Amino acid sequence: MRLPCPICGDRDRREFYYQGHATMLNRPSADAGTATWDDYLHNRENPAGETRDLWHHEAGCGAWIVVTRNTVTHEVSGAVLAEKAKT
Amino acid sequence: MGYSGFKVIKEGLFGQKGWKPVWRNPDPKPEYDVIVIGGGGHGLSTAYYLAKEHGITNVAVLEKGYLGGGNVGRNTTIVRANYMLPGNSEFYSHSLKLWEGMEQDLNYNTMMSQRGVMMLCHSDGQRDYFARRGNSMVNQGDDAELLTPEQVRAEAPMIDFDNVRFPIYGGLMHRRGGTARHDAVAWGYARGADQCGVDLIQNCEVTGIDIEGGVVRGVQTSRGAIRAKKVAIVVAGRSSQVAAMAGMRLPIESHVLQAFVSEGLKPILPSVISFGMGHFYISQSDKGGLVFGGDLDFYASYAARGNLPMKEHVMEAAMTLMPSIGKARVLRSWGGIMDMSPDGSPIIDKTETEGLFLNCGWCYGGFKAVPGSGYSYAHLIAKGEHHAPAARFRLDRFRTGVGLMDEEGTGAQHNLH
Repeated sequence: MRLPCPICGDRDRREFYYQGHATMLNRPSADAGTATWDDYLHNRENPAGETRDLWHHEAGCGAWIVVTRNTVTHEVSGAVLAEKAKT
Repeated sequence: MGYSGFKVIKEGLFGQKGWKPVWRNPDPKPEYDVIVIGGGGHGLSTAYYLAKEHGITNVAVLEKGYLGGGNVGRNTTIVRANYMLPGNSEFYSHSLKLWEGMEQDLNYNTMMSQRGVMMLCHSDGQRDYFARRGNSMVNQGDDAELLTPEQVRAEAPMIDFDNVRFPIYGGLMHRRGGTARHDAVAWGYARGADQCGVDLIQNCEVTGIDIEGGVVRGVQTSRGAIRAKKVAIVVAGRSSQVAAMAGMRLPIESHVLQAFVSEGLKPILPSVISFGMGHFYISQSDKGGLVFGGDLDFYASYAARGNLPMKEHVMEAAMTLMPSIGKARVLRSWGGIMDMSPDGSPIIDKTETEGLFLNCGWCYGGFKAVPGSGYSYAHLIAKGEHHAPAARFRLDRFRTGVGLMDEEGTGAQHNLH
């Protein structure tokens, strides 16, 4: 599997660290309450199909990117820098 | 139909014509006391123990494909009770005891082979950790033996003892652990449940869960609506999709785990052996094939196949541990869909919907749990209270932070297990 880093182009999967679903970008406020934080930290939609997940190009440019990917076919359809991703 | 050695000889003499189908293939009834969603190892054992231990026989197991066609039909078949933390420790201890009595209980040859599980250590720190883990296992009432390098050599002489980078410092031997025939476990429980009157309904996909006023009423399926007083979800990698039918979001992310089988070889491995420097474990099937696996690919996936980097890692670990197997050819590999929980431990609990139960989060260790999971889940479904050995498998432990069971000590976070 190769991931299209917006800075470096197509790179081998081994250069990237997988963080999890891009919902990690929607960090609640500190006083949002236990239920909201539990949902943010633990609960996942876990889709069988298209998903958006957060990867770190740790052995490359160091960018955090949001990859649009299909969990059933492993098809990768795009990636944007996390700082520019609409969450 | 009971099985025995006499029966095998008799059928051999008369052309094998007396064997009958092992279970019925019924159409779904309009209503059941309990519906178990998922005809894998855990679902079938749940149905069996509901009938046998609690006398609840008006039960249906709904399976969207064929019985035992998921992870129980493809795994590395390892059975063990070598966990350390309270919660997991008593549960897997109970499960191993059920494994030991399974063949007599089911009158079915599941080829349970207590050939031992030997974990290797390669540093002083790792040996200290194994001593501690072994003590926890002994305290739980199970067996553990800390082996010296010489004792490891006597057990498994084909390991590379001259590896200067990863020297063998010893091993933790769990002699009651071993392997079992994975398909036979599913078939044995299926047959046992069927004989008790449970309806095993294949090619029946659940498409909705009917809930009225916070109480479960039944399910919608590809073969029509079926009413039920209680509904039990136990669908491993598909837990999130089925739970979503009841409006739930689970602390589960589905990942791919790969495993491999070589061509058949003469016996070279005495026990299950796990390498301590890199995620790798190997055993030899009774047919002679080397069965081995590694770690997750580490990204969410339902593809049931993995990528090349993890294959490479597994092969490298194999060659590091036992260069002698380098000429063996890999026959096949596969990927299973693992229901990964944040702390790497399972969930057997009630839900907010009355009558709806949840069993998931077995991560990559569900096979050894098949009897214990079914036994404890059946107890919860029948009595409405948690079975003592599985009482800590609570869904709310992630919210409260109380009772997390993080064996690896890395934190209760999705990408760490």
